[in-house]
Parts: sequence; C-alpha cells; structure tokens
Amino acid sequence: MYWQLFVSFLKIGAFTFGGGWAMISIIEREIVERHNWIEKDDFLDLLAIAQSLPGILAVNIATAVGDKLRGMKGGIVAAAGTILPSFLIILAIAGFLTPDMIKNNRVISAIFMGIRPAVVALIIAPVITSARSAGLTWKTVWIPLAVALLISFDLGFVSNPILYIILGGAGGFLCWRIPSRRLNKK
Amino acid sequence: MGIYWKLIWAYIKIGIFGFGGGYAMLSLVEKIVVSDNAWISEQMFTDIVAISQMTPGPIGINSATYIGFVAPGSVNPALSAPLWGLAGSVLATLAVTVPSFFLVLYCSHFIRKHHESGVIKGIFSGLRPVVVGLIASAAIMLMNAANFNPNDKSWQLAASVIICAAAFCLVYFPIKLRNRVIKTHPILVIILAGITGYLLYGI
Repeated sequence: MYWQLFVSFLKIGAFTFGGGWAMISIIEREIVERHNWIEKDDFLDLLAIAQSLPGILAVNIATAVGDKLRGMKGGIVAAAGTILPSFLIILAIAGFLTPDMIKNNRVISAIFMGIRPAVVALIIAPVITSARSAGLTWKTVWIPLAVALLISFDLGFVSNPILYIILGGAGGFLCWRIPSRRLNKK
Repeated sequence: MGIYWKLIWAYIKIGIFGFGGGYAMLSLVEKIVVSDNAWISEQMFTDIVAISQMTPGPIGINSATYIGFVAPGSVNPALSAPLWGLAGSVLATLAVTVPSFFLVLYCSHFIRKHHESGVIKGIFSGLRPVVVGLIASAAIMLMNAANFNPNDKSWQLAASVIICAAAFCLVYFPIKLRNRVIKTHPILVIILAGITGYLLYGI
C-alpha cells in the first residue's frame, strides 16, 4: 500500500506541469477514480482543508490523502512522492544551467532575454483571472491596488507581503465577526 | 554556515505565509530571496520562474530547490561546490514543506470544525483581495530594466514590450478554431519567446 501510494504521487509529481489546480484534477482521477482509495465526497472535504492551510497546495492535498489512508507515515510517503520528481529535475537543471552560464553563454543568454518579458505576461494573466474570481467591488478594489503598490516599492517594513497576508486575514475575520455579533444581540 | 540557517528561515516563512497558490507565493519569494538577501539577481529569479513553468511540479518546490542550490555559492564562493548546493536544496525544500505538512496533520480537525461556523470563509474573503495584490506585486516587481532592457537600448525595450504583450494575448485569450476553443499552454509561450530571443539577440 505504501509503495502504491508513493508511486501514484510520484507519477502525479512527475507528469503535471504548473502545479496547483492542474495537479488537483489528476490527483482526484488517480485517487478517487482509478484506485478507489477515497470517496469523492471525502476527497472534496480534504481538498477544502488543504486549501485553507498555507503552503504548497499539491503537497498539502498529498499529505491529507496519505494521512487519511495510512496516518502520518502515509502522509510522508505521499508528500515525498509529490516533491521528489520536481526536486530531482530542478537539481539536474541547476547542476548545469548555472547563473554564470545563463549570463555568459551567448545563445542561452539570448534565449532567456526573449523569455523574461514573456514570464512577466504569464504572471499578469493570473492577476486578471484572480481579480475577476475574487468578486471585487468598488468598495474592495483599492485593497489589491494598495497591496501591489506598497509591496512593489521598497519601503522596508511597509513592503513586507507577510504584513498584508496577516492584515487581510484579520480583516476578513473581523468582518465576519462583527455582523454575527449584531445578529446575536437582536 | 549562516547561509543555511537563513535559507531555512526564509523558506519556513514562505511556507507558513504562502496563501493563494504558486503565483501569490512568488511575491514572498522575490521579496525575501531577491530584495532582502540578494541571493540571486532579478534576472535569475525570472529565469527560475520560466524554468518552473517548463518542468513538472509546483512552483514553490521548484524555486526552493533551485535557489537552495545557488544561494550558498553566491554568498560564499567557498560553498560553490555542488555538494554544498545539494545541501541547500534539501534544506530549502524541506523548510517550505514541513510546516504545512504538520499543519495538515494536526489542524485538519480544527479547520473542519471552523468550516461550519463560517469563520474560515470570512478570513478568506479578506485574504482574496490581498492575494490579487500579491500576484500583481510579483508582476510589477519583475517589470524592470533587468528583464526588459538589460543593455539599455530603446529597440530592445520595444522588442521586450511586444514579446510581453504578445505572450499575454496568447495565454489570456483563447483561440477559436473550427468551433473549438484552444488555450495556449504557458510552455508553448515560453518556447516561442525563447525562439524570438534567439533570433533577435543570438545570431
């Protein structure tokens, strides 16, 4: 069982590009449909928990599935399977594609000069998709704008992304708390 | 040796505050790894994002492994041998995954309980706009001269802006072909941009 669990997540780690949601659908297919290890409802429950916790979503869901099946050892095996392929591939790449080589090899440096502006575009696209799915209104649209600008300028403490993650979570908590208190009073 | 403790601490922070997926995490990685510690250059960071897109696995793991490998050598030339890099890779990758591993193991019950009360939903309704801002800040920080105009030539800046705009259109707008809607895969976009770069600057 441990071995099968490891191999399943190894495959998931080795063949899904992009991480996150691309991985989730493949994990679901492998775990729920192919092996019938977990019921679909239980999987969705684990997914909701994995999403509510910080860290790398694919690793979180692997841990949750492994833990549900075989406890902590299962969690370790599943998480290791997810991590190992990308770890080994990047290690192999880092071994020969060093920063010096990217800088000094004429062909490689030319290729990367073309790639870098495209990478920026690849990050702008999820800004727009996430802004649309976040359901921003005129009352809330200033939040991402302020956060993006304050982080981008190097202003020391004020530019620390962690500050805004904490403020956002705390703000959400207070907004949830206050109306429910009012209801209780009535 | 101090570099290893710094690496571990950096990636523990990234792991614990990494809400909102890989792209939102990039803002944290960029701030800690590039702005605060200068372990790698802006260009190298952008290259790592490109490499992560083209290789399987989550971007958080990819960046931890790569930055863990190069950081020791960039801080202290005595640590540039591959074995020191390997140690950095292992430690950074573990540091980014171990905190959430234990959170999943020991906080699942707690989270499940609070899902029903709606408090988690409340917290995430506050986090969601912030996550949009985090991803946007990663994009803004990468829109710099090092990435768009490294040799300070106006034609190169123009070429970079065109590549960026074209790449955005390819990933964002699906192509309609004979009643089928096709979305361009990011890997294809990176390959096309790489070919463009080679044709523009490599020959």
